[in-house]
Amino acid sequence: MKSRTIKVDYIARVEGDGALYVRIKDGTVADVKFRIWEPPRLFEAFLRGRNYSEAPDITARICGICPIAYQMSSSHAMEAAFGVKVDPQVRALRRLIYLGEWIESHPLHVFLLHAPDFLGYEDAIQMAADHPDIAVRGLQLKKLGNELMAFLGGREIHPINVCVGGFYKVPTKKELLPFVEKLKWARDASLETVRWTATLPFPDFEQDYEFVALRHPDEYAITEGRLVSNKGLDIAISEFEEHSVEEHVPYANALHSRLKERGAYFVGPLARYNLNFDKLPPVAQQVARDVGLGPVCLNPFKSIIVRMVETVFACDEAIRLIERYEMPEKPRADIRPRAGTGHGCTEAPRGILYHRYRLDDQGVIQEAKIVPPTSQNQKSIESDLWQFVPKYIDLPNDKLQWQCEQAIRNYDPCISCATHFLTLHIDRE
Amino acid sequence: MTGSDAPGRSHTLIIGLGNEYRRDDAVGLVVARRLREAAPESVRVMEESGEGAALIESWQDADTVILIDAVHSGAKPGTIHRLDAHEQPIAKKFFRFSTHAFGVAEAVELARALGRLPARLIVYGVEGKSYEAGVGLSPEVEAAAQAVVERVLGEIG
Repeated sequence: MKSRTIKVDYIARVEGDGALYVRIKDGTVADVKFRIWEPPRLFEAFLRGRNYSEAPDITARICGICPIAYQMSSSHAMEAAFGVKVDPQVRALRRLIYLGEWIESHPLHVFLLHAPDFLGYEDAIQMAADHPDIAVRGLQLKKLGNELMAFLGGREIHPINVCVGGFYKVPTKKELLPFVEKLKWARDASLETVRWTATLPFPDFEQDYEFVALRHPDEYAITEGRLVSNKGLDIAISEFEEHSVEEHVPYANALHSRLKERGAYFVGPLARYNLNFDKLPPVAQQVARDVGLGPVCLNPFKSIIVRMVETVFACDEAIRLIERYEMPEKPRADIRPRAGTGHGCTEAPRGILYHRYRLDDQGVIQEAKIVPPTSQNQKSIESDLWQFVPKYIDLPNDKLQWQCEQAIRNYDPCISCATHFLTLHIDRE
Repeated sequence: MTGSDAPGRSHTLIIGLGNEYRRDDAVGLVVARRLREAAPESVRVMEESGEGAALIESWQDADTVILIDAVHSGAKPGTIHRLDAHEQPIAKKFFRFSTHAFGVAEAVELARALGRLPARLIVYGVEGKSYEAGVGLSPEVEAAAQAVVERVLGEIG
C-alpha cells in the first residue's frame, strides 16, 4: 500500500494549519482539506463599541487589495440601518471608485499571478524575463485602477475620503475628465488581453456549480441588488444569513460558508458573469462571444478570461459614468443615527462581501458580522480539488502541487494565499 | 484631492510595510512612523500594505529607496537583516511568511527583470516572533524597531 500526503502551508506561523492537505492512498484521493482564510473575527471584535462612522476606515484595513469593497459594504450597511438615501451622483462616484478597485485588482491577478501558470512559468519574474510586455501591461492597467482609487479615495491603500453617506470631498467634472483618455487606452488594452487569454491552454474541467452574485435590474451589479443564483436563490441582502451559514470546520479551525439548502457555492467574476451577462455593455459581450466564451462559462480556469472581460466592462462603465457626471450639491447625505440593524453587500473583485451591524440609538456598534468572498469560496475550492487531483494523480509531487495551486488560484483567493511561495511537505509511508 | 500622496520628486524614499493587525508584521509601519518624525523633511516616508506591484510604482521617482518589513527566516526574533538589492537577489523564501502574495521579494525581482530598480535599494528585514491577529509588537521586535530607525538615519544622513 502506497500512501502520500501533500501539504501546502500558507502562513505556517498561524498555528501550523495546512492551507492545503491532500492525501493519496492506493492511487486514489483519500482526503482533501483546505483552509486559507480566517474570518475577520478580530475586526468584528474591534468594531464593537466604536462609532458607526469608524467602520469604513477600520474595515478597509482588513485587505490591502480591496479596501473599497470593505468601505462600501460597511457604508451601505450603516445607511440601511439609518434609512439614508444617497444622491444619485454620489452613488455614481461610489461605483466609479469601486471600478477603480476592479481595474486595480483584476490585472494584478491575471498578469502577475495567474498568467504565469498557463505559460508554464514558476512566477511573474520568470515570465517577465521572456515576456516583459505582458508584465508591463499588467502594471500599467493596475496603475490606472490605483490612480482612480487614489484620486477619489484620497489614498489608494487605505482611502480616507470615503465615508458613511458619501465622500468628504467630491471632484468637479473637469477634474475627472482627464481619466477618460486613459480609460479608453485601458479598455483597448483589456480587449486585447481578453483575446490573448482566450488562447491559453485550459484543462477540460467543469462542475455543476451554484453561482451566487448580486443582480440589479439596470446595471452590472456592484453596489446594490438582490442576491441570486442559477439554482433558484433570489433574496434581499438582508436575508443573506437566513440562507448562507458558516459551518465550523474542525480540522481547519475555520469557517466554510454553505447555502443551507444546497451546500457549496461559488462567488466572484465567474458567478457575476454567468448571472449578469445580459447586463454587460455591448463591447464586453461582443469580445466574449468573439473569443468563444458564450454567456455561460463553467470552467473555473477560464476565469482568467472572464476577469479581463470584467476589466473591459469596468473601463467602459467608468468612461460612461465620468461622461454623465455632474457634481452633486452635497458630497454626502446627512446622517441621523438610530437604533437598528443594517446589512450591506457589494461585489468585491473576488465576489460578494457581506456586512451586518447592530447599532444603538447613538450609532455605536453593538455587534458586527463580516463574511468575505474568499471564505465563501473555500468549500467550492475544496470540491474542485476532489475532482481535479485524480486527473493528475500520477504526476510527481512538485508538478501535482503546481496543478493544485493553479486550481486554487482560479478563485483569486485573498492575497495572502494567492502566492507562488507555498511550501510543500510530502510524507511517504 | 489627493495632493499629499502623489508621487513626489524626493530623491530618498522610505517605505514601511506590514499589517497593523498582525502583531510583529506591523514593525515596518512602526519604523516608518518614527522615521517620519526623525528624518530630514526632504525624505519622503510612506506606509504600504506590501502589495508588490504598488511598490514598483511608489519608487519610480526615487534614487534611493529603503524598505522595512517583517521577515521570518528562522533567526532569533528581533534580528535585523540588511540586504542591498543591487548586491544580491532577494530570496522569496526570506519573506515567505509575509502576509503579502505578490510581495517585497517579487516586487524587487520583477523590477530587476524589467529594469526598474531604483539606483539604490536597501531592504531591512526584522525577524518577527508573533504574527497572530492582534496589535502590538513583541519586546524583541520593539527593541529592533528602534535600532532600525537609528541605522536608517545613519544610512541617509
